[in-house]
Amino acid sequence: MNLSQYPLLLWPPAASAIAQETDWLILAWTALALLLVAPVFVGMTWFAFHFRAGRNVHRGVREGRNHLLEVGWMVIPFVLTLIFFAWGARVFDEDWHPPAGATEIHAIGRQWMWKFQHPGGQSEINDLHVPLGQPIVISEISQDVIHSLYIPAMRIQMETLPDRYTRLWFKADRPGVYRMFCSEYCGTDHSKMDGELYVMKPADYEAWLAHAGTADSLAAEGKVLFSSYGCAGCHLPGATVRAPSLAGVYGNPVPMADGGTIVADDSYIRDKILDPDARKVAGYKQIMPSFKGQIPEDRLVPLIAYIKSLGAPNAEPNGEPTP
Amino acid sequence: MSPSDTALRDPLTPRPTLGRPDDYLHSEHTLRSWLLTHDHKRIGILYLLSITFFFIIGAIAAGLVRLSLIVPNGMIFSNDTYNRLFSIHGIVMVWFFLIPSIPNTFGNFLLPIMIGAKEVAFPRLNLLSWYIFMVASLFTLADVVIGGVDTGWTFYAPFSTTFSSAWVVPALIGVIVVGFSSILTGLNFVVTVHTMRAPGMTWFRMPIFVWTMYATSLIFLLATPVLTITMLLLLMERGFHIGVFNPAIGGDPVLFQHMFWFYSHPAVYIMVLPGMGVISEVVPAFAQRRLFGYRFVAYASIALATVTFLVWGHHMFVNGMSEYASIAFSIMSFVVAVPSAVKVYNWTATMYKGAIKLRTPMIFAMGYVGLFVVGGITGLYLATLGVDEHVHDTYFVVAHFHYIMVGGTSIAFLAGLHYWWPKFTGRMYPEPWGVVAALFIFIGFNATFFPQFILGYLGMPRRYHEYPPEFQILNVLSSVGATILGAGYLFPMIYLVWSLRFGDPAPANPWDAKGLEWTIASPPPEHNFARVPQVDFEPYDYSEREQRT
Repeated sequence: MNLSQYPLLLWPPAASAIAQETDWLILAWTALALLLVAPVFVGMTWFAFHFRAGRNVHRGVREGRNHLLEVGWMVIPFVLTLIFFAWGARVFDEDWHPPAGATEIHAIGRQWMWKFQHPGGQSEINDLHVPLGQPIVISEISQDVIHSLYIPAMRIQMETLPDRYTRLWFKADRPGVYRMFCSEYCGTDHSKMDGELYVMKPADYEAWLAHAGTADSLAAEGKVLFSSYGCAGCHLPGATVRAPSLAGVYGNPVPMADGGTIVADDSYIRDKILDPDARKVAGYKQIMPSFKGQIPEDRLVPLIAYIKSLGAPNAEPNGEPTP
Repeated sequence: MSPSDTALRDPLTPRPTLGRPDDYLHSEHTLRSWLLTHDHKRIGILYLLSITFFFIIGAIAAGLVRLSLIVPNGMIFSNDTYNRLFSIHGIVMVWFFLIPSIPNTFGNFLLPIMIGAKEVAFPRLNLLSWYIFMVASLFTLADVVIGGVDTGWTFYAPFSTTFSSAWVVPALIGVIVVGFSSILTGLNFVVTVHTMRAPGMTWFRMPIFVWTMYATSLIFLLATPVLTITMLLLLMERGFHIGVFNPAIGGDPVLFQHMFWFYSHPAVYIMVLPGMGVISEVVPAFAQRRLFGYRFVAYASIALATVTFLVWGHHMFVNGMSEYASIAFSIMSFVVAVPSAVKVYNWTATMYKGAIKLRTPMIFAMGYVGLFVVGGITGLYLATLGVDEHVHDTYFVVAHFHYIMVGGTSIAFLAGLHYWWPKFTGRMYPEPWGVVAALFIFIGFNATFFPQFILGYLGMPRRYHEYPPEFQILNVLSSVGATILGAGYLFPMIYLVWSLRFGDPAPANPWDAKGLEWTIASPPPEHNFARVPQVDFEPYDYSEREQRT
């Protein structure tokens, strides 16, 4: 399906169950809105005609206030609209929590292009290929200003922030080619920072991966970086410097020197690499240098993928991302 | 028709002569007497001229933006030029037209008269406010036109502090300085309302316009300093590389959005409340009925000014803010719709059993209600989390806030301008042309902005110079609408100026309206009231007419 063949488009394609639900949400909302505003439009038009000056109609003396009416038209519409608050919050909650087993793709935004990295190490610029029926989590980060990854066919967007991971997820249920945009204004070529999303049948996707990907998986790439940046010198078992082992760290609580604990997620690991002084880990002397400005975002991604792949303590890294 | 109206239309009766020596327009004639005036009415007129100028600048920029969007490939301007154009449009329209539009013109002129006072509390501060406005606005205008600013009116960091190569610093200084004119006006109005009401003018005898001015002034006083601080922080980061917002130098990338919207959401109500005040005067006058539910409408104004400080996060649902914060901001945004809905229903109910005259101000007012309702409802869509995730930062948002700002505020401004024009100038505007202008503006406005709702739902992001070809027809339609809208705005600029010389002389109360401003001559004498009025009547006291029929 090629959108640019449509001379006039009035409703966007919906390529996921949540997209369809969003459509129903806004249509139902519109039905209620029409119901609530009908008295205003009909009333104003009718009064302007029926009670126009000089027309002899019964007007009588009318009270300037009517508490029942005034409280009624305050409370009843409010309660009705809360249905849509709740429905909208439910959809939002679903969008907030990707299902287990989702495939994680990394998106790096910079003026004015997107770079996507697949778990198998394949990367692409501006366009993105994903399989049908498989939940996809896109983990985003920006190298410069704030961008926002927006996929109208999935009815979803999420800002791409510098120095902080954000994510969105979707599960495409209709194959096709859909548009992606940067929706947060980011400078001169903001409107050129777009691309296409190819939703493919799983077999086609596998073929595309095989064709596109000659490189190692992200985690395997990260293992090489882990050595080349010197991380291995301290963080591998048997190292001379006493540093915490990274095996099994990902996804688990880490005790902090100041007493609290932090669950080690992508952002935490990234922060520890770039700014290790910020949050000191309990039981270790803080001697690690900062890698700020030395590791670009698209290398941090494989590095974190590698640390993520270090499963239970002492287990051999298998180079595969954990689900 | 009042006896004075009859006299005007009888060719055998000599016309009343203008130029009473004591009216505020003719008491003195020199330029100096205008530039150094302490008269709140003259300052109102100075503001009226100034903001009209800035409206024209902002409208030209908008016209060029719409011209550019006729083609999808952005061939008319360069991307940088386009970005500068929409930045000029946003910065000029928000800070130099919409925010001062009604408060500083009608508010200055009418607020003291409506409460029976001879002046505002601090006449010199009032003049200073205008000078600050003029210096800041002309400075900023020179910057955005000659130098160019490409950040939009929102100045998002770290783009504005680190990555933009445009002349951002002077624009920030201009916005900081112009804030003080708002603060001074707000201070003046609050003190005036508290201390200078005429004997008998209790709080619940004040017209709703005064209530909305009071509520607006509270927002001026409470929110504008936050903008000042935010812009100062931007300035420090851009000028001196002190890390506040840019994470590369230790800042927080989301902090700016919190601070900016903590001001800019309340600023929406700085623009909306005064328009509501105007409509609350016009509808009872042309329905010849007292405003339905007066107390609810008054309380609703204060409620809006309060709750508006608790909803800023609804501009930030998709920036990774916590899920629970998003849900809290969503429900607060549903709450803030309630007082607005109260007003809309009350205006409608006011017309019931009225004796309705469809004169120009009333036509504008009815158009306002219709467009404001569309803007308000689509605002609720945007407060709905699941919908905002899709249409955030698209043309849906652009259409929504133009329905509020243009359909709402600027149409209310025109309603008020026609309604009080006889009072301001002592001349009647030509009624048929007023009706024609209102129709042009209503049709042009809807043709411009309704297609943008569809474009937004289709997924066209805002601030896009180049766009996919399947969006072109709707964009062309929108640009055609803008042409009609622009023509609609030209009419009043011409016939209102024409009326200054050729319009019929206005009687003191051409609309048989209630309110202290209609008890004094048109144009008002220099000191408003020869004797301090004793207020022993309720607001919108149309009971005489109601008894009669």
